[in-house]
Amino acid sequence: MNPVSSCLPNADPWLAHTVRIASITDEIQDVATYRLEFEDSAVADAYSFLPGQFNMLYLPGVGEAAISISSDPRQRGVLDHTVRVAGSVTGELAQLQEGATFGLRGPFGSAWPIDECLGGDVVIVTGGIGLAPLRPAIYELLNRKDECGQLTLLYGAREPSGLLYTNEFDDWRQRGFEVAVTVDRGTDAWKGNVGVVPQLLDRMPLEHPEQTTVLCCGPEVMMWFAARSALGRGVPAERIWVSLERNMNCAIGLCGHCQFGPSFICKDGPVLRYDLVAPLLRVEGF
Amino acid sequence: MTSECFLPKSELQSLIDCLLGDGFTIVGPMIDQEAIVYGEIRSVDALPRGWTDRQEAAKYRLERRDDDALFGFVVGPHSWKKYLFPPLTTVASAQKTDDGWQMETPAPDSTKYAFLGVRACELAAIGIQDRVFTGGPYVDPVYDARRKSAFIIAVNCTQAAPTCFCSSMQTGPTCSSGFDLALTELADGFVIEAGSDAGSELLARLKTQSISAEQTSEAEAARQQAIDQQTKQLDTANIRDVLLGNLEHPRWEEVGAQCLGCTNCTMVCPTCFCSSVEEVSDLAGENVERQRHWDSCFNLSFSYMSHGTTRNTITHRYRQWLTHKLASWHDQFGTSGCVGCGRCITWCPVGIDLTEEVATIRGNEGYCDLATGEEA
Repeated sequence: MNPVSSCLPNADPWLAHTVRIASITDEIQDVATYRLEFEDSAVADAYSFLPGQFNMLYLPGVGEAAISISSDPRQRGVLDHTVRVAGSVTGELAQLQEGATFGLRGPFGSAWPIDECLGGDVVIVTGGIGLAPLRPAIYELLNRKDECGQLTLLYGAREPSGLLYTNEFDDWRQRGFEVAVTVDRGTDAWKGNVGVVPQLLDRMPLEHPEQTTVLCCGPEVMMWFAARSALGRGVPAERIWVSLERNMNCAIGLCGHCQFGPSFICKDGPVLRYDLVAPLLRVEGF
Repeated sequence: MTSECFLPKSELQSLIDCLLGDGFTIVGPMIDQEAIVYGEIRSVDALPRGWTDRQEAAKYRLERRDDDALFGFVVGPHSWKKYLFPPLTTVASAQKTDDGWQMETPAPDSTKYAFLGVRACELAAIGIQDRVFTGGPYVDPVYDARRKSAFIIAVNCTQAAPTCFCSSMQTGPTCSSGFDLALTELADGFVIEAGSDAGSELLARLKTQSISAEQTSEAEAARQQAIDQQTKQLDTANIRDVLLGNLEHPRWEEVGAQCLGCTNCTMVCPTCFCSSVEEVSDLAGENVERQRHWDSCFNLSFSYMSHGTTRNTITHRYRQWLTHKLASWHDQFGTSGCVGCGRCITWCPVGIDLTEEVATIRGNEGYCDLATGEEA
């Protein structure tokens, strides 16, 4: 449940590796995807990650930010981070150009339970930027499509302009992913669903709920409603997984910031089994 | 290891001299700013000879003893974490070059510390921080290096403060393991025993005497006094479930209204390990140090995220501290985070006593089992 991989050959978990921005892809307003390359080829060769894990991106003099990896774990040498401008580090990152260098520590944290998804149906429920940490899981499930049942992505955003990776949806559909999209507020041009994501889950047919795995990433209230919907449809609690967010400072379980009851979100999470965290999710300010 | 022997008081300086000769930096108790704190010493004369501390909730005073005891006090505001987990340390650095940013690790700290006067509760605290900093998948290199080279001379308590509750936390007051040497102070010297090979080797270099039956029983009586004087206790039965099953108990609001959020309890706690790393740059922004400093879960900024702060009220933050310390610490590290030293009670400006908070929350009522959602 808690795979821990460290980016060899660093023995010191505080030491970042130098990375260079290979390319920048503007996604939506205030969101861009940064493709990073390690300066040290030995690090590049040793580096691997699992879907759902994150890196600490380090801008010297500014600080670090925990950013999920959004590329295909099987595509060696490709390391993408889809970043929304939200604070000082991500704001400074948005000022950088291709070729700029900074630091990276990672990968850290737990992964989406791909092996447990195999042999059954998978429903991914996510909203907004929450699709970024799930994209590696989508790629991996497509890589292993033959071993999976029905694959479904339920994705929402406040408005159509907040939807990520829309240019990939057709490819995902062709390769075997059902993709359903909804927005909280439509526009004149919007012809799709309007409403919150858990409603898509309420409406979709679940043929084998007891063999369905639900992967969920978004605001806690959205994940709570999605989980409630899944449970109501007969999905076992231990097959529902969520990715949680807390303040992260060290990413290695030593600084105390990201505690969530028994868990350190940085090393026990961010991906956690819903039934193990559900009682605490309802406690305000915990 | 070795059996007990007797070290005359005049020989304590020889112990210090041996350690200095071996290249150790010796840290021991001394008086500073009207408190007994830990600092670098080179002589027995630096020790708080003839002084004791009087403690209660929100109160700490030094008083003269009617003897010349060197270790006739309990614990002060400092703990050894100040040396093993320094309040301010550089964990990494970055230099801007023509080829971009280069990342570096600071040169290893070669200081070897000898700690003189480590109490049983403090040995337990070091054991807990060992699990935090070196027992998981990631090892903190700063703590690890200092810990591995540290030489520990424990001192058995011969008295207890009204704030002490190590007996109920099963961490003291008698030192049983985790030391190189352990002392029990008598009027004219120390009963001394080794707890490691390094301790045995050092002990062999000292002019010790064989111990008399009288000295043995005198030392036993002195240690028993520290047990007998303890009045405070914390009921640890099912404490994890009692606290995590009572997260909405009205007592949290009451204690939250008293708590100033000052962070004193977390600063004096010998096991609290929260920290933050900040960037310290030169004016050109080309040489940057990543400096780690002690932080506290009582600080509002501690749970800040770009879309909101998790623990907005002092009530939330006190609940986080206490439930972590006494409950979820068990999940994370297989042990309580509390050793019963009582520092958080003494140094709380408003005298909040965690043992009273636990007793109130425990009450006579049940609690909600987190796993089943049912009353237990």
